[in-house]
Amino acid sequence: MIELLVQHPLLAALLALVGLGAVFGALLGYAAVRFRTEGNPIVEQINAILPQTQCGQCGHPGCRPYAEAIAAGEDINKCPPGGQAGIEALAQLLDREVVPLDDEHGEEKVPQVAFIREDECIGCTKCIQACPVDAILGAAKHMHTVIASECTGCDLCVEPCPVDCIDMIPQAQTLQTWHWELPDTSNRGADIIATDAGEAA
Amino acid sequence: MRKIHDFHGGIHPVENKHQSLHTPIRDAGIPAELTLPLSQHIGAPATPLVAVGERVLKGQLVAEATGLVSAALHAPTSGTVTAIEPRPIAHPSGLPAPCLVIASDGEDAWCELPPPCSFETLERPELLARIRAAGIAGMGGAGFPAAVKLGLKPGTQVETLIINGTECEPYITADDILMRERAAQIVRGAQILAHLVAPAETVIGIEDNKPEAIAAMCAAAEGTGIEIAVFPTKYPSGGEKQLIELLTGKQVPSGGLPMDVGVVCQNVGTAAAVADAVEHGRPLISRITTVTGAAVDEPQNFEVLLGTPMSHLLALAGYRAADNPRLVMGGPMMGFTVPDPGVPIVKTTNCILAPSAQELPAPPPAQACIRCGLCAEACPASLLPQQLYWFARGREFEKAEAHNLFDCIECGACSYVCPSNIPLVQYYRAAKAEVLQMRRDAQKAEHSRQRFEARQERLEREEAEKEARRAARKQAAEEKARRAADAGSGEADPVQAAIERAQARKAAQAAGAASEENPLQKLEKTVVTTRERLEKAEAKLAQARSEGADHIAALETGVEKTRAKLAAAEQALQDYQAQQTPAEPAPAGDAAQAAIQKAMAARAAQANKSPLEKARDNLEKLEARLAKSEARLAESRAAGEEEKIVEALASSVERLQEKVAAARAELAAEES
Ligand code: SF4
Ligand code: SF4
Ligand code: SF4
Ligand code: SF4
Repeated sequence: MIELLVQHPLLAALLALVGLGAVFGALLGYAAVRFRTEGNPIVEQINAILPQTQCGQCGHPGCRPYAEAIAAGEDINKCPPGGQAGIEALAQLLDREVVPLDDEHGEEKVPQVAFIREDECIGCTKCIQACPVDAILGAAKHMHTVIASECTGCDLCVEPCPVDCIDMIPQAQTLQTWHWELPDTSNRGADIIATDAGEAA
Repeated sequence: MRKIHDFHGGIHPVENKHQSLHTPIRDAGIPAELTLPLSQHIGAPATPLVAVGERVLKGQLVAEATGLVSAALHAPTSGTVTAIEPRPIAHPSGLPAPCLVIASDGEDAWCELPPPCSFETLERPELLARIRAAGIAGMGGAGFPAAVKLGLKPGTQVETLIINGTECEPYITADDILMRERAAQIVRGAQILAHLVAPAETVIGIEDNKPEAIAAMCAAAEGTGIEIAVFPTKYPSGGEKQLIELLTGKQVPSGGLPMDVGVVCQNVGTAAAVADAVEHGRPLISRITTVTGAAVDEPQNFEVLLGTPMSHLLALAGYRAADNPRLVMGGPMMGFTVPDPGVPIVKTTNCILAPSAQELPAPPPAQACIRCGLCAEACPASLLPQQLYWFARGREFEKAEAHNLFDCIECGACSYVCPSNIPLVQYYRAAKAEVLQMRRDAQKAEHSRQRFEARQERLEREEAEKEARRAARKQAAEEKARRAADAGSGEADPVQAAIERAQARKAAQAAGAASEENPLQKLEKTVVTTRERLEKAEAKLAQARSEGADHIAALETGVEKTRAKLAAAEQALQDYQAQQTPAEPAPAGDAAQAAIQKAMAARAAQANKSPLEKARDNLEKLEARLAKSEARLAESRAAGEEEKIVEALASSVERLQEKVAAARAELAAEES
């Protein structure tokens, strides 16, 4: 065998290369199985930016389907709960242009929380079935209530309620949520001289 | 003499400290009402331990610390708890916060205090417990609970204990006068702190613009091994990181804590409070507060009970409200405007500044940044304020964060030197808040995502289980049929017959479905058959009654059940018909998905509509809902459902009627 190889260096080289190829191929194949990334990473990244309100305003049944659609090339300006900040984050991630929110899908609103007027609830469980994040607690023919900390404010439970006892309450500002706003630069142009301030303001 | 280092930047604003130093500390007395905010410190608000109407004694614990990072509250005087409710507090937002209100009785009767003792006899954990029980929270202004800062991890070696007597901000003299008058107490406090953290050295740092305080402290510290370090006046040398650099030359790393360079830092006010707490067992119920500014006749320092309204102090100092366009808590550099002079003094209120309009004029309008770089020269944290400003303004918060936004101590030096009067600090405060908000939102979104996915998974699992059960049932039935067939083939077996009948029916149904028998017909059929069954059952029941049979009860429940089934079937039919109107059959299965789809369809229809159309749509929708509710009401009346349900339905019908009327009016208004 050795003699044969020595006599045919071309064959030896060929064998060596095939051998190397086989070894590295096996290695790569193993690595591909062992270190496989779950799912589609770009979809995960997009989904991480979407607000997970699961409200369907984007025209998809939930945030993840919209993330998949974006990854497949859909516009990034269809999620009202995410607002302009969300669009900016998506634009940066996907290297697309920042566009204003498409108001066909709704406007950016203050975050809301659902509230069930408990003495009017008849316990029909319809709202529970509609809630995408299991934020409603109750049982048939018993009072239901919303776990405010889990509610995403998606609005989906309001319509199914036959006695119309669910209100969407805008979240009030508290000491914990209050914060300084950026100074308003819109009405006072940056180039007024100080002595004109009285007239401009 | 130790070597004094220097830190980058800094400014020299007019000090304006002499005004409030003419008189010694004055006791502010006991106001009629004390308001104690439950959160006067960084961390979780305290939990009230007393009830409204309860009598409390001076020094009594009225709210305990919640969790580790929190501080207890004590009654500053004896009296009655009159309320525990949200009240306005000193906060830039002007929002109210939960407060404990005490009406004082003027007796000022102390509760029983732990016996006085000397600190040398106490073990460390005991010392720490005393400090914690006294509710001491950083009195320099930040309000970090002292016990948390002092509760070092075992095994940490503290190089330097720094007692901060710098008080670099203009106007404020609370620490200055405290050092002049109570130097011995501060030194004892420093000794206790040193006993607690066992540092290699203890230094009290004072700016050289307080010669009397320096003299007093030097005298008091004589022979204790505590060093008094004096350094040139420069704002903001009182900043924790700046002071550490001044005294030790070490820089606290970005995002790090003083402990990372082996330093513990406490304010002189905190040291005095610690001495009081450990030696006399007295909790923190009062503090020294400067009242100053051109709008008060007698600027001075007060020893004031926590919870005293600012207006009480201002009145004592001869406040002229007319001369004072805005009232500031804290100094002119880092303070903020308080919304209302009635707000209470808290553990961190070192100064109330009532400037006249000339003294602290409203800032002139901001102009464009001319990139002069003065801000970067002034920044004590060695940041690039100009860059941060551009990033904050352009809402590029991540970039601002990457430029160490969170190292900004909001000292205001950059705004002070900015020739274009840009309110830089406000940009940084807003940017920090936005970043924190973004982090919170991301957390909440992640949480919602997990819940959504868990729900999705659960629904799938349930569906699969149902499917499995169905398959099992079918198999069992087939098995039985086969056995029956094996046993008595040829004979007319009732089971077999029934199965065959059922199969035939199913086949017919399937065929019907294929030949466009739509679900509507199916539903209608269910209603009809159920009604037939109900009638039959009722007839049977009537017969049983007339015969006086003994299984009436069973028959009755049977009738009830069938009736409920009928109601359900009718409901399903109605629902189906209602859904049918938008021409699109709801996909069976996941109700949430269906709801989402409905909402989506509605929203798609909503798009690009004039307000008139929207109003009309709205009206239509409401009318449909009203019709649905009315039908439901009629149905439940007919079915004789519980009183409560019928009532609820009736009231919802009423409400919807109102809404419809309102929508009509709106539509009319739109049309006109
Ligand atoms: S609109 Fe936004 S929040 Fe609502 S489901 Fe779509 S992506 Fe999620
Ligand atoms: S759907 Fe409405 S009525 Fe039914 S339980 Fe929920 S809130 Fe109550
Ligand atoms: S409670 Fe209502 S608004 Fe809140 S998440 Fe559930 S369905 Fe949405
Ligand atoms: S406010 Fe912040 S950026 Fe401005 S000088 Fe102070 S530390 Fe620097």
